[in-house]
Amino acid sequence: MVPISIIVNGKPRKAHVEPRTLLVHFLREQLNLTGAHVGCDTSQCGACTVLIDGRSAKSCTVFAVQADGSEVVTIEGLAKGDQLHPLQEGFWEEHGLQCGYCTPGMIMSAVNLLNDNPKPSEAQIREGLSGNFCRCTGYQHIVNAIQYAAAKGGR
Amino acid sequence: MASSPTLPKLVGSRVKRREDPRLIQGHGTYVDDVKIPGLQHLAFKRSDIAHGRIKSIDTSAAEKMEGVEAVFTGKQIAELLRPMPIGTPFPSPDHHAVAIDMVRYAGEAVAVVVAADRYIARDAADAIVIDYDSLPAVVDAEQAMQGKPAVIHEKFPNNIALGPIPSGTGASPDGKHLDDSAVEKAFKDADVVISQRMYNHRLVPNAMEPRGVVAHYEPGRSFLTMWSSTQNPHILKSMIAGMLGLGEDQVRAIAPEVGGGFGAKINIYAEEYVCAAVSKRLGIPVKWIEDRSEAFVATTHGRDILCYIDVAAKRDGKVLGIKMRLIADIGAYNMLLTAAIPTLTMLMANATYDIPAIRTTLTEVFTNKTPTDAYRGAGRPEATFFVERAFDMLARELKMDPAEIRRKNFIAKDKFPYQTQMGAVYDSGDYEASLDCALKAADWKNLLKERDELRQQGKLAGVGLAMYVEVCGIGPSATLPTGGWEHAQVTIERDGRISASTGASPHGQGNETTFGQMLADQFGVPIEHITIHHGDTAVVKQGIGTFGSRSQAVGGAALHMAGTKVRTKMAQFAGALLEAAPEDIVFESGKIMVKGAPAKAKSFAEVASFAYIPVPLPAGMEPGLSADAYFEPTNNTYPFGCHIVLMEIDRETGEPRLRRVVAADDAGNLINPLIVEGQIHGGLAQGIGQAMIEEAVYSEDGQLLTGSFMDYALPRATDFPTFEMHSTYTPTPVNPLGAKGVGEAGTLGSTPAVVCAAVDALSEFGVKHIDMMLRPEKLWRIIQGQGGAA
Repeated sequence: MVPISIIVNGKPRKAHVEPRTLLVHFLREQLNLTGAHVGCDTSQCGACTVLIDGRSAKSCTVFAVQADGSEVVTIEGLAKGDQLHPLQEGFWEEHGLQCGYCTPGMIMSAVNLLNDNPKPSEAQIREGLSGNFCRCTGYQHIVNAIQYAAAKGGR
Repeated sequence: MASSPTLPKLVGSRVKRREDPRLIQGHGTYVDDVKIPGLQHLAFKRSDIAHGRIKSIDTSAAEKMEGVEAVFTGKQIAELLRPMPIGTPFPSPDHHAVAIDMVRYAGEAVAVVVAADRYIARDAADAIVIDYDSLPAVVDAEQAMQGKPAVIHEKFPNNIALGPIPSGTGASPDGKHLDDSAVEKAFKDADVVISQRMYNHRLVPNAMEPRGVVAHYEPGRSFLTMWSSTQNPHILKSMIAGMLGLGEDQVRAIAPEVGGGFGAKINIYAEEYVCAAVSKRLGIPVKWIEDRSEAFVATTHGRDILCYIDVAAKRDGKVLGIKMRLIADIGAYNMLLTAAIPTLTMLMANATYDIPAIRTTLTEVFTNKTPTDAYRGAGRPEATFFVERAFDMLARELKMDPAEIRRKNFIAKDKFPYQTQMGAVYDSGDYEASLDCALKAADWKNLLKERDELRQQGKLAGVGLAMYVEVCGIGPSATLPTGGWEHAQVTIERDGRISASTGASPHGQGNETTFGQMLADQFGVPIEHITIHHGDTAVVKQGIGTFGSRSQAVGGAALHMAGTKVRTKMAQFAGALLEAAPEDIVFESGKIMVKGAPAKAKSFAEVASFAYIPVPLPAGMEPGLSADAYFEPTNNTYPFGCHIVLMEIDRETGEPRLRRVVAADDAGNLINPLIVEGQIHGGLAQGIGQAMIEEAVYSEDGQLLTGSFMDYALPRATDFPTFEMHSTYTPTPVNPLGAKGVGEAGTLGSTPAVVCAAVDALSEFGVKHIDMMLRPEKLWRIIQGQGGAA
C-alpha cells in the first residue's frame, strides 16, 4: 500500500492505496464520489473525465498514485453550493443529456474546452468533444449546451 | 388575498427535464454506485474461442488466491440454474447460463469467481485454465445453412433455428397455407423488375453504461433484492423468481439510473441469473459490473439480416409486388426476443406503400457469434432499409425523382386504418404530408441544384431520401409473452402532493418529466408537486417495461387512465365540500372550484385532506385518493416520417461527409417536443452511424475483430452536421393521448437515406447499390474502378 495525498474538490484527502488502483476507482470506492463513471477500458469514452490540476484527464487511465500531490476536481465539485456551473446549467437548459451516464465526463471535458477557448465555434466544440462518447443525444443538444455556457461567459 | 398565479398548460411544451439536476451534479445512482456491507465481487471467465469442446477446467490457482470466496464451473452453476428460458414460442436449444461442455461463441461464460474486490475477482478469473478442443467456427450465415463448416446445435440440422417461414399475400397467419398466385401475377405483369442482395449488417448496441448487477439474498427473510441495469425490472423479477424457485413476492428488482439500453437491456441475461443464484447459494450480496470489452461480446448484438429482394413495377413507377427472402444470423443462441426480431422485418415489408402483393420468407440461422436481440428499431430499420433502397434503385432505373416514385405508391391518407399485406393494421398516417414537409424543409429543388453545382466543381455529391413507417407502442397482449399492457398508479397524498408510479422503466427517456407534465395538467397543480416513481418493483407493483417505443403510447396512456380515475373521485369529494355536482367541478391552478362560480373554491390540498379525514364521509364513498390502471392497447401505433441527406464524398480518399440531414417525423401528439427532438437526434445518430462507420466484424475463426472502442467506430460529435428537425402531427386513435412513440424512429429513415445519397454521389461510376457501412476504402475502390458495388 502506498500513501497518497490529493486535494479533491478543495478538500485535502490522505489515503493508502494499492499501486495499481486507478484514480477513478479511488474516487468512486474510497471517496464515494461516484459521479465519474467507467464506460470503457481503452480510454476512449471519457465518462470518467475529471480535472487534474485544472486540465481534463481520463481518471480510468491514471493511477491514484500518479495523482499524488495534485488537485482533482470531479463533477461533484463543480457547482458552487446551490449555484450550478454555467455548463451544468447549459446541459439542463438545452436537454444536453438523456441517460446521464456520459454527462459528468462530458461536462468536465467541456470545462477544459471553454478554459482553452472561451468562444468556440460549433466545429471547435465538436472537435473538442472527440474524446467523449454519448450514445443517446447525437451530440446536438450537447453542442447547444456548451454554446449556452460560452454565451454566459461560463467556465 | 392575492390571487394565485395561473399555471400554464405543460403538455405540448418544451419543459426542462426534472431528472437533470441530479445527473448533471454526479448524484445519479447507477448499479455500480450501489454499495451494501459485505458485498463481494463476481467476475466471469469467458471463452476465448468461438467453437469448441471443453476438455478440462483447472480452477485450483484461482481458488488459492487471497480474497477469493468461491469459484463455480458451468457444471456447478447448472446445479443452481436450469437452462435459460426464452420469450418466443419457437424451438430453442438448451442454453446454460455458464457453458458446461461446449462453447459456442467467443465471450460465452465458462466459469465464475467471487472475491473480495473487483481486481482480485478479475485476477482469479484470469488464473483459471481451460483446455479446449477447437471446432471450426461458423461465421457465414449462408454457409451455415448448409451445415458448413460445422453444426452448432445437434438438434438443429444445418444450423437452421427457424424457417423458412413465409408471410404476406396468400399466406395464412400460421404459414401453413400458401397461395403464391398474386405475387406471381405481379411479377408477370411487371414492366421492370429490380433484384438485389442487400445486407443489413451486425451492430454492437453499446449503451454508455455497460450492464451490471447487484444481487442480495437475505437468507433470514428468504428474500432477494436485485439491482440491474435493465429496461424491464418487472420481467426480470418474474424470470428470476421462476429460475430460483422463489415466489414473485420474494423478489424485488430495481432498475436504478440506467445508462442507456437501446434494446440490449431487455433480455434477461446469464449474469443476472448467476448473480442471483450465487448470492442465494452463498448467502452474501454480490456485484458484477461488465467491462466494456466484455460488453462487446456478452451483451446481445443487433441487426445482421441478409435480404434478397425483388421488386416488380410498371414503367410509370407503380409497384405491383415485392419478394423478400430474409436470412437472419442470430448468433449462437436464442435469447429472450431473438427469434421475434426478424419477424418484425417481415411485418413491416409493406412500408408506407400500397403494394398489392408481397411475399417474404424468413430463415433464422445459428452461427458462432454473440446472440442477437433487439437493438434500437429492432427489425423495422432492416425492413425500411431493404424496401427504401429497392425503391431508390427502381427510381434510378426508371429515371424518376426518388420523391415522386414514393408519392406514386403511398397508402393514401383516407385509407386508414389500413390493412397491410403483412397482417398489420396501420392506425393512422399521412405519408404525403410527411414527404412534403421534408421536401419543403430541405428545399428539394435547390438541394438538387446544390448537388449539381458541387458536381460541376468536380466533387462527388449525392442526395438521398427515405420514407419510413414503424410499428410502435408495443403492443397488445397477444403479441408479447409477458402481456403487452402497461400499469400506472396515481395517489393524491394527504397534503395535496402527488405520487405516481409507472411500469415504463426509463433509461434516458425522461418519463419523470413527461409524466409529470401530464399529471400537472390533469390536476391543475405545479409539476414540482409531483413525484414519478419507476424502476422498483416494490414501489411500482406491476409493469412490463420500456422497449418498442412504448413508454408514452402505452405507459402514458395507463397513467392518464389512473389519473382520470383519481380525478373523478376527487371531484366527488370536492362536490360534497362545495355542494355542487361532481361534473361541475374544475381543477385549475392549485384550486378546485365550481364551473362558472370561481368564488366557490377549495384549495387542492384542502380537498385532498378531506378525502383522508372525510368528516362527514359523503354517502357511498370510500376514503382516500388512489387508483391504479392497466392500459391494454387495441393495436400498435405506426409513426412515420421522411429523412433526407446531402452527402459529399472525397474523390481522393473516398471519405464520405454529410453536409445536411433533414428529418420530418410524425409521432402523433407530442407531450414534450424538446424530449422528442432529443430522442430523434439520438436515433439519427445511430442510424447514420450504422450506414457510415459502425460494424461488428468477425474473423473466420469467430473472433470479434471490432471488440473495443479502439476498433468499433462509435460515432463522435464530429461525425454529424446539425440535424434539421421538422414534424407533422397525425394522432393515433389507439390511445387517449394520440401519442405514437418516438424512441426508435430516428434509426429508420436515416440509414437508407445515407446509403441512397452515397449511391447517388457515385452514380457516375454506374453504381446501383452499396452494402453498408460506407468505409472510405470501399468507396475509394469504387472510385478507382476496383469494384465493391452492385
